[in-house]
Amino acid sequence: MNLFELTAAEWQAIRLSLLVGVTAVVCTLPFGLFFGWLLARKEFFGKNLLNTLLHLPMVVPPVVTGYLLLLLFGNSGFFGKILSNLGIPIAFTWRGAALASAVVSFPLMVRSIRIAMELVDVGLESAARTLGASRLKVFFTITVPLAFPGIVAGVVMAFARSLGEFGSTITFVSNIPGETRTLPLALYSQLQVPGGEMAAARLAVVSLIIAFGAMFASEYLARKRKI
Amino acid sequence: MLTVDIVKELPDITISAKMSLDMGITVLFGSSGAGKSTIINMLAGLIKPTKGSITLNEQVLFDSERGINLPPERRDVGYIFQDGRLFPHMTVRKNLQYGMKDKGADIDEIVSILGIEGLLDRRPNTLSGGEKQRVAIGRAILSSPKILLMDEPMASLDSARKEELISYIDKIPTLFNIPIVYVSHSLDEVNRLADCVATVKDGAVVSLESN
Repeated sequence: MNLFELTAAEWQAIRLSLLVGVTAVVCTLPFGLFFGWLLARKEFFGKNLLNTLLHLPMVVPPVVTGYLLLLLFGNSGFFGKILSNLGIPIAFTWRGAALASAVVSFPLMVRSIRIAMELVDVGLESAARTLGASRLKVFFTITVPLAFPGIVAGVVMAFARSLGEFGSTITFVSNIPGETRTLPLALYSQLQVPGGEMAAARLAVVSLIIAFGAMFASEYLARKRKI
Repeated sequence: MLTVDIVKELPDITISAKMSLDMGITVLFGSSGAGKSTIINMLAGLIKPTKGSITLNEQVLFDSERGINLPPERRDVGYIFQDGRLFPHMTVRKNLQYGMKDKGADIDEIVSILGIEGLLDRRPNTLSGGEKQRVAIGRAILSSPKILLMDEPMASLDSARKEELISYIDKIPTLFNIPIVYVSHSLDEVNRLADCVATVKDGAVVSLESN
């Protein structure tokens, strides 16, 4: 065994991590765009409360988030029961891992999108309205393209946070090989067994490569869009 | 024909306008802070009047008593802003086509009248102030408005560019059959452009005279 040869179990953890990260980001992006826009453009009663709630997972200990998810989405939890009856079990599945990642990474995404949208000139949006564009058309043809670099940054940060998600995942969906044992969980598991140091090092290298690649790609995309 | 009778109550000033405008160029004339921009923003639907009504060619754009308030995109109003407001992420061509109902329609005629043929594939940030405003005018006209609103479109131009732009603006009502409401604090622009002058003072339209 050397530093560059990955075992089947390690490949499995990598694939699972990518699946969980991509699922989490893809599913939260529409909400991220909506809440980012809402917070950037609208004044309404309870805005501060909503803002606080949306950012809460960023400061709550991940173990607590995992525990709350277990209460709500566990097999006997309110949402867990409903989804289980629909044939979509969440607890102790990769979907649960994606949910945990989504919840924990959402604030990073919203924050980045919100700031990017705040920087888009409202005057350009008004101009588009006078040219006959509905709010929705303005959103997709003016606001989103002009906020694009910030949206990409938000997506990448959320993805990276998903890849690193540990505490709420292990609390909520445990550490099941092939199902919920993502990269950080696999790395942690290797450190718990004698002789696992080399495997842990390999997984650490892979994590670094993925993180570097995501960051690099986002910089590239943002630069390409620059006006 | 534009008929306006609106009031906007703001914390420090009450803006009011009661007037009837026909074809040609009407200049809303007054010093800065008199409320001219607020008035045309209400016409465009960007600011909601406290009460009153706005009617454009039999179509009610706003009526506080009947609870009508058309959003800007349904008012058929073209707006030329002081700062151009071209979309920076689109080429000049895409900017021009943005408000067109029929994207395939010909833009050549307007492009050549405004002298912007050579700019179509450029980005707005590479244009001079005068070029930007000519593109903004073309973009507004191509959205087929029933009226054009201009908010000090020459404020950021030097005098040579002003001279040039004035000659373009002057031609619009006859060429395209679109009336213009033009906000200005410059007496020179009034003399050059106005068919009709609406004087705005301390938030109210105090007189309306043909020029």
